[in-house]
Amino acid sequence: MYNGAGGGNDIQWCFSQVKGAVDDDVAEADIISTVEFNHSGELLATGDKGGRVVIFQQEQENKIQSHSRGEYNVYSTFQSHEPEFDYLKSLEIEEKINKIRWLPQKNAAQFLLSTNDKTIKLWKISERDKRPEGYNLKEEDGRYRDPTTVTTLRVPVFRPMDLMVEASPRRIFANAHTYHINSISINSDYETYLSADDLRINLWHLEITDRSFNIVDIKPANMEELTEVITAAEFHPNSCNTFVYSSSKGTIRLCDMRASALCDRHSKLFEEPEDPSNRSFFSEIISSISDVKFSHSGRYMMTRDYLSVKIWDLNMENRPVETYQVHEYLRSKLCSLYENDCIFDKFECCWNGSDSVVMTGSYNNFFRMFDRNTKRDITLEASRENNKPRTVLKPRKVCASGKRKKDEISVDSLDFNKKILHTAWHPKENIIAVATTNNLYIFQDKVN
Amino acid sequence: MFARGLKRKCADSEDSPPAPPACSLQRQSLLDMSLVKLQLCHMLAEPNLCRSVLIANTVRQLQEEMSQDSAWQVPAPASAGRGPLERLVSTEILCRTPWEQQGGHSAADSGGSPAPDLLSEPPGAPSAQAPRGAPGCAWEAASPRESRGGFQRSLDQIFETLDSKAPRAAEGLFADVDGPYYDLDAVLTGMVGAKSVPGDGFETLAPTGAPPPGVSYKRDLGELDHVVEILVET
Repeated sequence: MYNGAGGGNDIQWCFSQVKGAVDDDVAEADIISTVEFNHSGELLATGDKGGRVVIFQQEQENKIQSHSRGEYNVYSTFQSHEPEFDYLKSLEIEEKINKIRWLPQKNAAQFLLSTNDKTIKLWKISERDKRPEGYNLKEEDGRYRDPTTVTTLRVPVFRPMDLMVEASPRRIFANAHTYHINSISINSDYETYLSADDLRINLWHLEITDRSFNIVDIKPANMEELTEVITAAEFHPNSCNTFVYSSSKGTIRLCDMRASALCDRHSKLFEEPEDPSNRSFFSEIISSISDVKFSHSGRYMMTRDYLSVKIWDLNMENRPVETYQVHEYLRSKLCSLYENDCIFDKFECCWNGSDSVVMTGSYNNFFRMFDRNTKRDITLEASRENNKPRTVLKPRKVCASGKRKKDEISVDSLDFNKKILHTAWHPKENIIAVATTNNLYIFQDKVN
Repeated sequence: MFARGLKRKCADSEDSPPAPPACSLQRQSLLDMSLVKLQLCHMLAEPNLCRSVLIANTVRQLQEEMSQDSAWQVPAPASAGRGPLERLVSTEILCRTPWEQQGGHSAADSGGSPAPDLLSEPPGAPSAQAPRGAPGCAWEAASPRESRGGFQRSLDQIFETLDSKAPRAAEGLFADVDGPYYDLDAVLTGMVGAKSVPGDGFETLAPTGAPPPGVSYKRDLGELDHVVEILVET
């Protein structure tokens, strides 16, 4: 399955499900903008450009059908954000959901944070499968009874009803960001979280909506001197005082909130020296980091820039410990990609549950996985052509130049409108969710 | 936004990275392309700051290399009377029109959406001309038929702005959104979102082509009504 002959231990990925409209005409509101599994992997949330959140729930495993794990079916759909208009600035505020982050489950209800460019919301998703019946003063339809007509009393009882999943906004964290929010990250204390925009990072308490602490501010006094913005930020999975943020210049700063209230001075600065042989006018643009993710262990972090994925050891600042080329064949096409704006596409990346494999998206609905142990990689495609369940996905290959072999695709044939920006990996199992423009694909490894 | 199967052809020599810069013409076309992109930034509902910063840095870098080569010189701006901020605002109003006249697509996506329409027939064809010559300061006198020339002039505006010393290179580009950049006039003349027609003095530049399709357009009309309602009430 990975580059080279497949061994007994290699994973074979199979199509499982696809969600979303079939037709080619993409409604803009349906464009998927974020994908996230919850901590158990039982729930999978997507956000779209229309401000909606759709949550899928995994069915309980069917012991009889041992060939697959449970399917994901729609559990709840709700409108998280609405389009707004900033009257002071005459600007629209997009309702597009930029990020969703789940809170760990504490009781029967599920909680998640969803954010658009300006406002973060805490949503409670709860189930209701019983309802009270038999009130004394209220009819079944809700009308109030005249107390004088009551002759006997009864105790209301709960009766079962069809399962209803309700989503209600519990907190709205607004008016704290002048610029566009690109990241939210929940702290390991499960009480606070951070939100990052282009120039600032704020720290919130989940219970308090009317104030937040500014912990990073890189806005220059004179905006004309602005040359660098924040592109992503995340809390360390174990250290509740540590977080990182990445920049458009390809640097990552690790900050310790114990050092000072305003973390403008980093504790560590991660930056790889530029390779002079690859220098071009686009060097800075392609070095801009589009995503940063800590490993589950907390020992490593992964960054995604335009052409590569890099793994950093938190103890080594001067270079990454591993670098994987996602689509190096695009390096000679940077001018065209600058022209059509694809060079500004922000790809995300993710770890598998054991931190042994990393995954990221590419163009032509391709996505890539890199096995850190075997050093092998694979390119797969999310396409409805392979949509028979348990069909093993065939590895894809892009021919950079020269003679194109059979089954290879030449760079010039790639469809740059079909980009996979958002992917997610189940925290415990080999189940992945891959978002194309408006479809969500679920793949799992072949069981026996 | 999603043209069917947008396939990228293998581009010509302009693809090879100039390290060291092989061709100043190549650099020039890259600079022109970047300036057009920066203008697009200002036409969107709210510019994607990351993209703007990256493009501005690229422009600065190009400019530095070109001035080092001293292959060209642009005459200093005749007058710096008008603040660069205002010049950029004017550019925005001016440039939106020829863009819409092209039947351009919705600029709803403030991210880096591909703009095949614009790039296939750039208004004013800036890349075909070196932005030299008289500094265009008479944008406000542009007649409707001169919208293309106006676009070229506004390119000159931006170019001259960026031509100045490095610290001023991105002057006005990242004006603090809290500032007086947006005023009531802007609202009244219909700078709702980025899709409405500028009125009040720019009526003659009104697009005659079909409005961009889609829900967002209707929503903008709704918003415009709402805004006018509020203003009328006060």
